[in-house]
Amino acid sequence: MTATAKVSTPAAAPKRRFRITVSQELILVLAILVISLSVSVLQPRFLEQRNITDILNNSSYIAVAALGMALIIISGNIDISVGQQIAVLASLGGLLSIGGADNLLAAVGIAPGGPLTGLLTYTLPILAGVAIGLVNGFIVAYLRVPAIVVTLGMMSILKGGLIFITGGDVIYNMPNWFKFAQQRIEGVVPIPVLIMIVLTIVMALWMRYSAGGRAIYAVGGNKEAARLSGISERAVIMRVFVINGVLIGIASLMFATQYNSIQTTTLNGLELLIITSAVVGGVSILGGTGTVIGATLGAILVHVLPPAMVFANISAYWVQAVQGGLILLTVLADIVRRRRQSFAGRI
Amino acid sequence: MQHGATAPATPPATERKDNRALKFILSQEMILLVLSAIAIAVLSTQNERFLTMRNLSREIVLAFEVALIALPMTFIIITGGIDLSVGSIFGMTAIIMGFLWQDSGLPLELAMLLGLGVGFIAGMINAFFIVIIGVPPLITTLATLALYRGIALGISEARSARGFPEWFQDIGRGGIPVNLTIGDQTLAAIPWQLVIIVIAVVIFGVVLSRTTFGRSLYAIGNNEVAARFAGIRTGFAKFVIYTTSGVMASIAAIVFVSRVTTTRSDMGSGIELDAIAAVVLGGTSIFGGSGSILGTILGLILIQVLKNGLLLAGVRGDGTIIMIGVVLIIAVLVNNFIQSKLGSR
Repeated sequence: MTATAKVSTPAAAPKRRFRITVSQELILVLAILVISLSVSVLQPRFLEQRNITDILNNSSYIAVAALGMALIIISGNIDISVGQQIAVLASLGGLLSIGGADNLLAAVGIAPGGPLTGLLTYTLPILAGVAIGLVNGFIVAYLRVPAIVVTLGMMSILKGGLIFITGGDVIYNMPNWFKFAQQRIEGVVPIPVLIMIVLTIVMALWMRYSAGGRAIYAVGGNKEAARLSGISERAVIMRVFVINGVLIGIASLMFATQYNSIQTTTLNGLELLIITSAVVGGVSILGGTGTVIGATLGAILVHVLPPAMVFANISAYWVQAVQGGLILLTVLADIVRRRRQSFAGRI
Repeated sequence: MQHGATAPATPPATERKDNRALKFILSQEMILLVLSAIAIAVLSTQNERFLTMRNLSREIVLAFEVALIALPMTFIIITGGIDLSVGSIFGMTAIIMGFLWQDSGLPLELAMLLGLGVGFIAGMINAFFIVIIGVPPLITTLATLALYRGIALGISEARSARGFPEWFQDIGRGGIPVNLTIGDQTLAAIPWQLVIIVIAVVIFGVVLSRTTFGRSLYAIGNNEVAARFAGIRTGFAKFVIYTTSGVMASIAAIVFVSRVTTTRSDMGSGIELDAIAAVVLGGTSIFGGSGSILGTILGLILIQVLKNGLLLAGVRGDGTIIMIGVVLIIAVLVNNFIQSKLGSR
């Protein structure tokens, strides 16, 4: 028995990884379905189209941010400054839309208004996200400071910087063209949900089939092996932080445009929700495994819970406790499954 | 010594000694000491209220909770682990103690004891998942961060307990009456926080540097498998430190509640990051294997001096938060740079 298991291990390895990732996503889909269906037995309204689009809409910006987090965690790093990044970039977008962009244009002598205003409003937050990603990535990759320390410092810097600029005020009176997240295609599919789906598919294909995407798995799985096969770890780390910056920029705009005002201070714990989504989605905190589809499904699962609890008449105060229990449960399931699968190979 | 002429295998004794002296001078602790001294010197010229006994004793009271949590955090980070759930244990302790006393009508002494029990059990749950099940500490404590905070929220339902008796408030607000007078300054009482923190620092410092248990934490952080093969009970050691971390968070919470005389479910949120920042600033490697209690204390002092001094110098709170982030990254950068230069010598 053991002899055959040993011999077959190398050949079975890629197949096994494929099975693990597929089953994690399957579990998530099943969990979402089971929760939704069992609540709908109590309250049939839960499965109404309006409620479903609301849940998807609420999870969309967290899901987009979780895509970036998945990349970073798969590469063996972490970014705990993402919550503050969203707060800063959303405020930046808001301020640009209520005259900031026009002022910038006027400063360089271009007549305000017109398409350039919109272009600046949407691109500057994303570029700022890239800039933050470059700084984080550079310090991690080239100056060799652990990502958790760098992003802890960055979190502090952004938090202080935001209060410094906005004074903690609420931003409101954004023009209607800015609030794209409130629009729906055919009156049904909210734009953010569409963005979430498109970005998830694009990122999933890139991670699976491009050399750049595979290199992230390689670095996160085994640095030394990746180095020996000619992959530059530094380039990979820079890449994941920059891509994360783009995704955070997009997520910030989705966040900034979904309501009629932007709170600049009440975003504490957002990083936790984003990391939770990625981890519940099966991204291993040790690096090297996980998929972006899992991260998106994780974000949806995390957002199905609060309304499900409300519909099932459980006090909303217990939502966070249930979310915490959920992370423990998924991680436990993951560890049990891994042990069972690697049992034959190890002994 | 065949190759001695071209490349000496071992450097001459004097050079080695120099290297060790240099290592000491350029250690993270020395850097912090110098930085703190500079900060204190500059800030005391900016504001005459800064170097008063009154101000300093108030700052100790303010830094107390983070300090108490940073001590076991140093142990945990030295083993290569992390505990993100301490802030939530802090909040959960405050809420459960408050409601056991106010709603369930238990005597406050018993409620305090049960509050400590909360930290003990919460720490044990962390330890159980990390040691027995083998879930990485970051994930375990991330999950329990949400879980424990969620329990605090669920129990409190945004209500608070208040109206604590006089003797309880004295823990956080009173101290040993001394009426100490130096020059024209008078200090009425040494705050209990200072007494507790001195005792705790001595215990944690001695355990870490002078006991087999303490030294084994470094071994675990450097190479856990090797430590286990060397006969160190790695599981037991980790169980002890995560449980201790929970208990210390509870002690901090009880003293905090007695100072602010109310309980809220969001108490202590983010305190884990303050503690981790102090520990890392103090030169403890986030990868484990090195660090000291002295470094952590110096890290705490530098952060608190910056917070207080900049505030007194008229810098707004947000500027201070930025400053702490910058100092954290730069301190680790400088340390990395020096260590790599020394290592390549």
